[in-house]
Amino acid sequence: MNMNQPFLHIENLEDHLVIHSRGAWTLYNEPTIHKMLQKISPQKRIVWDFSGVEAFDSSGVLLFMAYYEMFKSQGEVVLTGYSEEQERMYRLLLKNRIKESIPVRKEGLLHRLGKTTVEGYDVFVKFLEFTGHMLIAFLRYFTTPGNIRMKEITYHIERSGVSALLIIALTSFLVGMVISYQSAVELAKFGADIFIVDLAGISITRELAPLITAIVVAGRSGSAYTAQIGAMKITEEISAMRTMGFDPFYFLILPRTLALMIALPLLIFFADIVGMMGSMFAASLELNISYGQFVDRLQEVLSVKHFWIGIIKGPFFAMLIAMIGCFRGLQVTDDTESIGYQTTASVVNSIFFVIACDALFSVILTEWGI
Amino acid sequence: MEKVIEAKDIVTSFGKTVIHDKLSLEVNRGEIYGILGESGAGKTLLLKEMIMLLKPTAGEMWVLGHKLSDISYQDAQMLRREWGVLFQFGALFTSLTVAENIELQLKEYTGISKKMRDEIVKTKISMVGLEARAGGLYPSELSGGMIKRAALARALAMDPKLLFLDEPTSGLDPIGARNFDALILELRELLGITVVMITHDLDSIYSIVDRFSVLADKHVVAEGTLENVLQSDHPFVEKFFKNEYAKNRWEKRVEADV
Ligand SMILES: Nc1ncnc2c1ncn2[C@@H]1O[C@H](COP(=O)(O)OP(=O)(O)OP(=O)(O)O)[C@@H](O)[C@H]1O
Ligand SMILES: [Mg+2]
Repeated sequence: MNMNQPFLHIENLEDHLVIHSRGAWTLYNEPTIHKMLQKISPQKRIVWDFSGVEAFDSSGVLLFMAYYEMFKSQGEVVLTGYSEEQERMYRLLLKNRIKESIPVRKEGLLHRLGKTTVEGYDVFVKFLEFTGHMLIAFLRYFTTPGNIRMKEITYHIERSGVSALLIIALTSFLVGMVISYQSAVELAKFGADIFIVDLAGISITRELAPLITAIVVAGRSGSAYTAQIGAMKITEEISAMRTMGFDPFYFLILPRTLALMIALPLLIFFADIVGMMGSMFAASLELNISYGQFVDRLQEVLSVKHFWIGIIKGPFFAMLIAMIGCFRGLQVTDDTESIGYQTTASVVNSIFFVIACDALFSVILTEWGI
Repeated sequence: MEKVIEAKDIVTSFGKTVIHDKLSLEVNRGEIYGILGESGAGKTLLLKEMIMLLKPTAGEMWVLGHKLSDISYQDAQMLRREWGVLFQFGALFTSLTVAENIELQLKEYTGISKKMRDEIVKTKISMVGLEARAGGLYPSELSGGMIKRAALARALAMDPKLLFLDEPTSGLDPIGARNFDALILELRELLGITVVMITHDLDSIYSIVDRFSVLADKHVVAEGTLENVLQSDHPFVEKFFKNEYAKNRWEKRVEADV
């Protein structure tokens, strides 16, 4: 066996093997050299010559060390031609060789399953705790009005309410239009064109506007609350606040919750108007119902209770979104990945709970005959 | 002597605030070069300009023969593999363990086998004075000093020819800091690396730094060996080196050498 390669040259003599190391024994060449070394079978006597090595780094020397030890356990190894630097590097690395292995933090399937279950339960308990804390904070908040931080509340009304107007206008206009458009065809079949107003009026004010608004706000503001509070947790801003005696409930969570509880009903009101405009627009296009006719009919048939029911849902939805957003933010642990996880969870949970809450409203109101 | 880094008339400003005003310096191959200056003098910003995280407002920066202002994407990517950077606050990846942080570049850029990568990671961990156990911890589970050490191990992972260190010894205990100095010195001698380090540590300046520059008043007010810098009568140099404490440290060191 006689190989002539850039990094290793092997001479097979009668009673021993001579390995000539050459070239650059460095990081990027390591895999190639490693493959060549693997082909050498241990011998009784090996002479390893380093006079041809032009460059080396710690990975090259570590590779040498691994094979040196392996060969040595099988026979005699004589090293020649190494420089002082190479020897010192060898000593430095030898000194820093750790025998024990680094603990691996990989978890098996069963472990993960168990962990997820326990964590799920844990989150539930923590959320109950959070809700309790929130309730007490609320009560204390209103019994000592000095606590109320108007500046923060108005700031968040602006951030979560006013800046959401455009997107809410767009979505509710489109939804209003789609409702009219879709039902126009069916209604026209029965010659019941004008009932489009009843249908759009009730469905938009009572159900659609609150839901659409809540979903948009959950995606916009709920996620923002989670990400911001989560980042504050990672940078230890929350710990700093606590040590200064600033309760995060009063400084972060309640202002956001209250702001959203004020903003959401107003946004729903706005969505009602724009949604109605959308449906009016589609009705005039498709069924030739004039704007005047539409508005007259609306006043006749839409009893105000539907509108109020839609508005009343606002604070409830807002509370859910803000609480879940803030709670998820506080659940962020110390790595950045968990911000992403919690933000997703925050949006998914709040949309689900908003819809569940809406269903609950439906059931209760129907039972009460409203 | 070959220049590894050359900063020419660097201007850095944020709006009206000027941080560097026509600042120039040169780092030669194989030297340990210090950057010294008061808090807020713009040391970290200068370092960021050297490693292409920030573009200077004006002026030219050359690193390893590349002009950074019009470097191509490919060249920039190659250049980034040739250096190691230790950030002032560690900047470890929080979702990876210490060992994974150190291993990352080895895994992405080289074909080294898992077993050898583990060997490399373990020696780096030990070199910076951490235990094997620390390799399995996440950054949030580390102490301040451990973060510094882990970040240094990550900077050393690829055996870079050029090492940028932002206050490497701050946050380390004095013994750890001296071991660190010894390690840097050893690596420089064995591998011929060039080191640019920002430091306030008098002992590092006295013992391992070959040449350094002093940043003050938006300029380099003194550059060169310790003897050269001490010639300067700039107030910062006076304040930093010509007080009882600094003199004491110096004498201690001279005694230790003898
Ligand atoms: N993004 C930024 N916008 C505006 N000013 C900045 C920005 N980043 C840094 N500065 C300013 O530039 C100056 C220099 O900052 P730099 O981080 O370089 O300081 P430094 O010399 O590293 O200080 P230290 O020793 O405290 O780390 C500071 O005054 C800082 O306020
Ligand atoms: Mg700095």
